[in-house]
Amino acid sequence: MPVQCIQQGRTLTARLSGEVDHHAAKEMMALLAEEIDAALPERLVLELSQVSFMDSSGIAVLLNLWRRMGQLEGSMTIRHTPAQPLRVLRAAGLDKLLHFEEEPQSGSPGAE
Amino acid sequence: MRKPVDRTALEFLARSANEGFARATAACFAARLDPTLDELNDLKTAVSEAVTNAIVHAYPEQLGKVRMTMKLFEDDTVEISIKDWGIGIADLEKAREPLYTTGGEERAGMGFTIMESFTDRMKVRSAPGRGTTVTLSKRMRSRREIGR
Repeated sequence: MPVQCIQQGRTLTARLSGEVDHHAAKEMMALLAEEIDAALPERLVLELSQVSFMDSSGIAVLLNLWRRMGQLEGSMTIRHTPAQPLRVLRAAGLDKLLHFEEEPQSGSPGAE
Repeated sequence: MRKPVDRTALEFLARSANEGFARATAACFAARLDPTLDELNDLKTAVSEAVTNAIVHAYPEQLGKVRMTMKLFEDDTVEISIKDWGIGIADLEKAREPLYTTGGEERAGMGFTIMESFTDRMKVRSAPGRGTTVTLSKRMRSRREIGR
C-alpha cells in the first residue's frame, strides 16, 4: 500500500511509501483525500521516511493536502523526509511554506 | 558537436507506467561514472520531470512515442535527451515559468524549474505540431574526484 493511515484522536498520520511520481500520485492523492474526508482531522502528519523517490508530482500532492487542511482549518506537519525528496521540496520553496518537524534526515553529509 | 564516448537510446510509449523505468534506465547508464548518490538522484529527478512532461502534455489525443537518448562524454558529462513527436509547446518562455502549468491541480508547474536546478544545462527545442526535445546535461564529479 502506498498510503497507510492511522487516526489517533483528531490527528491523522499518513505514511507514504514508494516512489511518488506522476504515475503514483493520482492514486495516492485519491486515497489521502478519502482518508481526510472520513477523519476530518485537526492535524495531518505526513510520514515520509519510506518514500524512495519524489519528483514535482509530490509537490502537487503536498500542496493539495495543505490546501485541504487549510479548508478544514487544521494543520499539516511533514516528518522524516529523506534527502532526495527534501531536495525536490526545497527547490520548490516548500521548506518555507510547509511545516517540517524535526531536523530532516540528511542523506549525504557534505553534499550541496 | 562533441563526439560521445558512448551512446544508447530507448523508445517507449507515453504511458505513465514507463516513468519509473525511464528514470531508472538513465540512472543506470550514468552509474558507470561512479557518481555520488546525490548526483545520481538529481539526474534521476530531472529525467523524471522531462519524461513526465512528454507523457502528460505531448499526446492529448493519442498514445505516442517517447525516445530517450543517453550519451556519455569524455569529461564525465552525461547528456540525456527526451524527445516526443507530440503537439509541441506554443509558448516556451511561459512553460518554463515556475508554477505555470496546463496540467490542472495534479501538476505543480515546477518541472522545468527542477530540471534546470538539478542539472548543469537544460535545452528545450519545440515546434507546435511537431514535438519537443528536452536535453539535460550533467557532469558527474564522481566519488574518485571528490575523494582526491
